[in-house]
Amino acid sequence: MEHYLDNSATTAVSQCAAQKALEIMTKNYGNPSSLHLKGLCAEQELVTARKTIAKSLGASNEEIFFTSGGTEANNTALFGTAQAKKRRGNKIIVSSIEHSSVIEAAKKLETDGFEVVYIEPDRDGIIRTEDVLSAVDDSTIMVSVMTVNNETGAIMPVADIFSAVKAKNNDIICHTDAVQAFGKISLNVRRLNADLLSVSGHKVHAPKGCGALYIKKGIRIVPLHYGGEQESKIRPGTEALPLIAAFGTAVGEFKIDENYGKILQLNGYAREQLAKIDGIVINSTPNALPYVLNISAGRVRSETMLHFLEELEVFISSGSACAKGKPSHVLSAMGLDKNRADSALRISFSKYNTIDDVDALCAGIEAGLKTLAHR
Amino acid sequence: MKEILLLKDGEIVLKGLNRRSFEDVLKKNLKNTLRSLGRFEITSAQSTIYVKPLSDDIDLDEACDRVSKVFGIVAFSRAAVCEKTIDDILSTAPEYLAKELSFAKTFKVEAKRSDKKFPLKSPEICREVGGEILSKFPHLRVDVHNPELIVNVEVRDFGAYIHGEPRKGAGGIPVGTGGKAAILISGGIDSPVAAYMMAKRGIQLTAVHFASPPYTSRRAEDKVVRLLRKVSKYAGPMKMYTVPFTKIQEKIKDECPEELFTIIMRRLMMQISSNVAQQNECFALITGESLGQVASQTIGALACTDDASDMLVFRPLIGMDKQEIIDISYKIDTYDISIEPYEDCCTVFTPKHPRTRPVLKYVIEAQEKPGFEPLIEEALANLKLTYISAEDD
Repeated sequence: MEHYLDNSATTAVSQCAAQKALEIMTKNYGNPSSLHLKGLCAEQELVTARKTIAKSLGASNEEIFFTSGGTEANNTALFGTAQAKKRRGNKIIVSSIEHSSVIEAAKKLETDGFEVVYIEPDRDGIIRTEDVLSAVDDSTIMVSVMTVNNETGAIMPVADIFSAVKAKNNDIICHTDAVQAFGKISLNVRRLNADLLSVSGHKVHAPKGCGALYIKKGIRIVPLHYGGEQESKIRPGTEALPLIAAFGTAVGEFKIDENYGKILQLNGYAREQLAKIDGIVINSTPNALPYVLNISAGRVRSETMLHFLEELEVFISSGSACAKGKPSHVLSAMGLDKNRADSALRISFSKYNTIDDVDALCAGIEAGLKTLAHR
Repeated sequence: MKEILLLKDGEIVLKGLNRRSFEDVLKKNLKNTLRSLGRFEITSAQSTIYVKPLSDDIDLDEACDRVSKVFGIVAFSRAAVCEKTIDDILSTAPEYLAKELSFAKTFKVEAKRSDKKFPLKSPEICREVGGEILSKFPHLRVDVHNPELIVNVEVRDFGAYIHGEPRKGAGGIPVGTGGKAAILISGGIDSPVAAYMMAKRGIQLTAVHFASPPYTSRRAEDKVVRLLRKVSKYAGPMKMYTVPFTKIQEKIKDECPEELFTIIMRRLMMQISSNVAQQNECFALITGESLGQVASQTIGALACTDDASDMLVFRPLIGMDKQEIIDISYKIDTYDISIEPYEDCCTVFTPKHPRTRPVLKYVIEAQEKPGFEPLIEEALANLKLTYISAEDD
């Protein structure tokens, strides 16, 4: 039996969401922009999905813009804001542990002449409000800090950071990449004080290829693409309706509190069982999001353990996202030595996981530690 | 307008009495590489091979591309076929080369009349065709010394052909005329280039790849398959043997001195490969080693590696710089695959300080102590065979 424990990479599409996509592709296949009835029916699906996602974030419908995924949402947020605000200042503050779709966009902005400040996390892998605040000055136009880190599950004090930033300079645009938090903890754009917030479909049991950017009413950003009137010209192009409608369906199925409780138990059980295995160190802090559990397994290289486990149909991710030798930036920032960073593994849960999956994982890791030669 | 490919034999014309058999292999290789494009008639005469498409819907651009990768051909032309009358030649030439002629400023006509029964002599053909072209493209000037475009007219036994500049062929000698050899392929930049270079000298390849799951990933093996498909465009279809190498590498790691890991591993690879090679009627091994590139490729280390097998070993890259190797890997389109970052068996358990001047006696001692023979037999009994074809690329 398959034990899929890599849900921070992607998730299985829920039955209802898959059904929805199929229905849109084969029956309700109209173009939402068409004037005829077929177009109207399709448009209604778009409206429904938008409403569901807006509601889940505490936003209004007009503030949700569909994109092709988290990467496009993050790129739109960074480039769109930089372009819109470039006359007011040229400093952008991002955390150093962002997803590559934020980091690489920031690097590109750097080559375009913007000043980018990268804020390092503390030993728990958390970005501290005072560190962000001390970087804020009159020329700062944007702050981007992720809600939950994808490698460790560390939860950032985003609401705190954004309030403090706004208190110092209310014109600064605050963006959070909430891809890893969406559907796992309740998010409210007003309480977060966010101007921009990115989410992705395929991390929440919707298909790959769609995501959304929340843009607070009144905030102007310059689009990356030009074409038709779709998504209020922020993201022109015929809407990927099968994916978007399925995204809406999947978000409609959120049971945040119920699932959180379940995953908390599963995480607790996993920590307990893993603690019994000699050579395992838990890297995620106790107050990290329970959906992600980062560990280091003895002195076996991450990739080796990953391939060993795949033979047993247990699928996890290597903790260090980089493929060749380079230890994870997040883990080194947390003060892990090279050995621990090299052997880091990321286990990530979804609502479909059970105790069986954890048992299979622990048995696999134990067997791996016994048989695999150390580096 | 009917078209044909005219292929110029390379050095096989020098093969004296064996020439026929070389040419037969070359024709067979051409037939194989072109087969999936449609039906062709392939004949040879006067050190030229005629590749004639037998239907009009055949993609000749693709055919030219494939022909350009067949070893044994120095140059080839895509030509228009016309009747052996001066009238047909005069009407075909300006029409067939209209595009080239309208972009050029200067040209000349070169004629070859191997059918001496044709009433006009070569200079006369040139004059006639040149005059006709000038009347249709008045902007052109004739320049017999340094023309931008040469219009070739060939009057041969079976017909008359018109073509522009010939394209360069792959050179070398036909794959299969040089016997068989086994290439040790890892997935890096060097070994596919070494494979290509020996195929160019007529070698038919068998590939041997070492996999150490879970230390190496399935993607590393898949990468080698994709590399070999690229090489296959030149070298023809081949067999690939994957050797399960995990247990051997673990034993090296557990029981041999660390500074000799790599050298012992390579000796065992040579030993296993020569066994696979013999089973496949290969006369030699091929490696991508280049002198001094890494610790295991110093003269001392190579001597130790070489000692592990009695078989002849070809190291076509031995005197090349990395950049020269990379240039060839670009040309044969393997570079981008080679640099994908999957661990291969050569990077697993690399020692911190490998011995660059190993002493053979001590290496052999260190290798003999653990006793690898049973594991080698086990590996040889569990080879995995994959058929590589350029068609799957």
